[in-house]
Amino acid sequence: MGLRDKLNKLKEPFLKGGKYEKYHPLFQAFDTFLYVPDETTKKGAHVRDAVDLKRVMITVVLALMPALLFGIWNSGYQYLSQIQDEVGFWEAFGEGALKVIPMILVSYIVGLAIEFYFALKRGHDVNEGYLVTGILIPMIFPIDTPLWMIGVSVAFSVLIAKEAFGGTGMNLLNPALTARAFAFFAYPTFMSGTDVWVANAGELDAVSGETILGKLALNEEVSYNTYEMFMGVIPGSVAETSTLLIILGALILLFTKVGSWRIMLSGLIGGALVALLFNALPADIGNSLTNFTWYDHLLVGGFAFGIVFMATDPVTATQTTKGKWIYGFLIGLLAILIRVVNPAYPEGMMMAVLFMNVFAPTIDYYVVQANIKRRQKRLESKKLKAA
Amino acid sequence: MATDIKVKRGYDLRLKGETDRELVEAPMPKSFAVKPPDFHSVVPQLKYKKPGVRLEAGDELFVSKYSDKVRFVSPVSGVIKEIVRGERRRVMEIIIEPDGENAYKDFGKLEVSSADAETIKTKIFESGCGAFIKQRPYDIVANPDDEPRDIYISACDTAPLAADPEFVLQDQQEEFKTGIEALAKLTSGKLYLGVRKGTSSFLKDLKNVELIEVSGKHPAGNVGVQIHHTNPINKGERVWVVGPEDVAIIGRLFLTGKFDAKRTIAVAGSDAKERKYFRTIVGAEVTALVGKVDTKKTRIISGDVLTGTKLSAEGYLGYYDNTLTLIPEGDNFRLFGWLPFTYNNIPSMSRTSFSWLFPNKKYEVNTSLNGELRSLVVTGEMEKVMPMDIYPMQLIKACLAGDIDRMQNLGIYEVIPEDFALVDYINTSKVEAQEIIRMGLDIMITEVG
Repeated sequence: MGLRDKLNKLKEPFLKGGKYEKYHPLFQAFDTFLYVPDETTKKGAHVRDAVDLKRVMITVVLALMPALLFGIWNSGYQYLSQIQDEVGFWEAFGEGALKVIPMILVSYIVGLAIEFYFALKRGHDVNEGYLVTGILIPMIFPIDTPLWMIGVSVAFSVLIAKEAFGGTGMNLLNPALTARAFAFFAYPTFMSGTDVWVANAGELDAVSGETILGKLALNEEVSYNTYEMFMGVIPGSVAETSTLLIILGALILLFTKVGSWRIMLSGLIGGALVALLFNALPADIGNSLTNFTWYDHLLVGGFAFGIVFMATDPVTATQTTKGKWIYGFLIGLLAILIRVVNPAYPEGMMMAVLFMNVFAPTIDYYVVQANIKRRQKRLESKKLKAA
Repeated sequence: MATDIKVKRGYDLRLKGETDRELVEAPMPKSFAVKPPDFHSVVPQLKYKKPGVRLEAGDELFVSKYSDKVRFVSPVSGVIKEIVRGERRRVMEIIIEPDGENAYKDFGKLEVSSADAETIKTKIFESGCGAFIKQRPYDIVANPDDEPRDIYISACDTAPLAADPEFVLQDQQEEFKTGIEALAKLTSGKLYLGVRKGTSSFLKDLKNVELIEVSGKHPAGNVGVQIHHTNPINKGERVWVVGPEDVAIIGRLFLTGKFDAKRTIAVAGSDAKERKYFRTIVGAEVTALVGKVDTKKTRIISGDVLTGTKLSAEGYLGYYDNTLTLIPEGDNFRLFGWLPFTYNNIPSMSRTSFSWLFPNKKYEVNTSLNGELRSLVVTGEMEKVMPMDIYPMQLIKACLAGDIDRMQNLGIYEVIPEDFALVDYINTSKVEAQEIIRMGLDIMITEVG
């Protein structure tokens, strides 16, 4: 008896009229993880494209892998390099894994439990959206965030930002960033400052664990050059530091066309333009943030991560093609603006994306309105001709 | 001057099982059926409520409850064998057993060039040919009391494996020309004829028509696309649409005085054994064309794979269909089938499969949904197969919400379900776009009319 036969047998009580009919979405979620189901078309087109939501979501998870693996290594390295002279690759990776993997587990367990609960309550299948959110959340938290705090943030974001709006596809705000914003405002001491970006920083003497933006805000010297910032061996949230590997992820998203190139490109242009404007200010007027070279701005503070993985979330971004250009551009622009003008918020990227999430429907409204106006104009000119 | 339409935002689904360009006479089917559900929104008022009545081809079967001018007639001479009813006694099929005499009711010949519009219209509707005229908006049988703004005929079908209208019409040229001449008189506007760009057939030399030359990807051949790019439908306007072979049937009516509903069917699809063009009659039983088919393994589709109707093994051709497609059922599980870049033998417009690297490869497809229904997440994909100035996802959402103003604003009058067939096919969330648009149109029919 093959695996499929066994599953079919197991499935029986979950089918209509079965003992556990109520829990069908639960069983189905596991079953479809193994097999694309045998469902055939009942109405509409008789044949369908090979793509499905699971495939799209897994592609995003794959695109996140390079940055995540690097993040695990970097988390270990940042800590170990403070206490010993030589750090082996596997040593650092293992150290990081011990910290990061529990974070991922907590995020998935809490988030999926809530998703399953709502799927059962509402009687629909479990959507795959959380596969991505669940891995994004630990990637954008500081390494030393207590696990319970991640759990609470995940619960807040899934309940308030997602399910309260009607579940997958209906949410206004990016769930991963909502989780982070929640933690940022609820537990500020764990989310900013000098002690959170390197593991166990509190126990270390003379740790240099401040992020680059944090240092700039304090007008301190930044000890990293552009190359180091690009490679990402710097303190920061778990997996947002390596621009190189984020670009690799971006290439996966662009090649598969899962991520919108329009949002990525316009975001980059928006950020670069504003940073260039600040750079153009006379050096003595500005602070160290305005004088921070424009391309360096694009390498730090999660800018690349935000543009590639957060801004392109199709549910919370604009839906129209024109809207995507505007949306991406404004995210880039706002991210740099916030971090430079208000140095208390080095989290400019997070704020910018969430802010534009709120505005995305408005942008779409005006884009679609133009289409409606064209149609009404056509009708009126017809009427005029007739009269 | 011909108008050129080139469609870039579309998708050609290339399938195995093309029809050979060979026309054969199909054996006489055991029975025929006229299926009232083929005529959307028509509530049939039966003339004969019991089987056993002897009819000639052209004898009335039923009229529309709301207009007795819209008549539906028997395509063959024979005896009513059965009236099949569905839920709530809705009439599903009127089955007629042919008597082999080929007796036709005589409607009288008519010289089209000297006849006036009213005479022509009356004749078309009284003979049952009115059923072949469809109205836009809403994709319903035309109302004889209207005068259409324009009439559109598309003699170019870009749907996968669809019958080629040029091949279908090659031996019905006279009838087609007469049909065109008659239809042109029914409108003070224009009669548009869509043809394949670069065609050398007789179609491009016709008089009385405004030629549209189409090229590019599917849905270039859809009438909706052609209307949108020549003279889009505004609120309150009515446009009539007639299928190419149906024009020939109308032409034959004037030439012979008979309702002679010949139908040329392209049998296609990877599961079809004999892939040829068959000449039969509207409403024929499909076993005459494809023999015995195991419908557990094979799906019989009257029409093309994107817009057709599923038939039973002994089902009947749809009233308007020129294609009969047979493809394998897809009720099989695929282990880890959701992994990107696996199962590249299933065509995909998405780049999460390698199949896009082989744009000219032909695929054998089955009826698997290839996933499950999900919330609408991915944006921008529907626009890629919508070659009109219309926001497909927004329109779908307006239909789901039943928001009449918004549907109107977003262009519901310009579309019919078939224009969303590719959206059905490509969308990641497996949303039934055609069904939703039909629902939206039905709301408009009841609320606006």
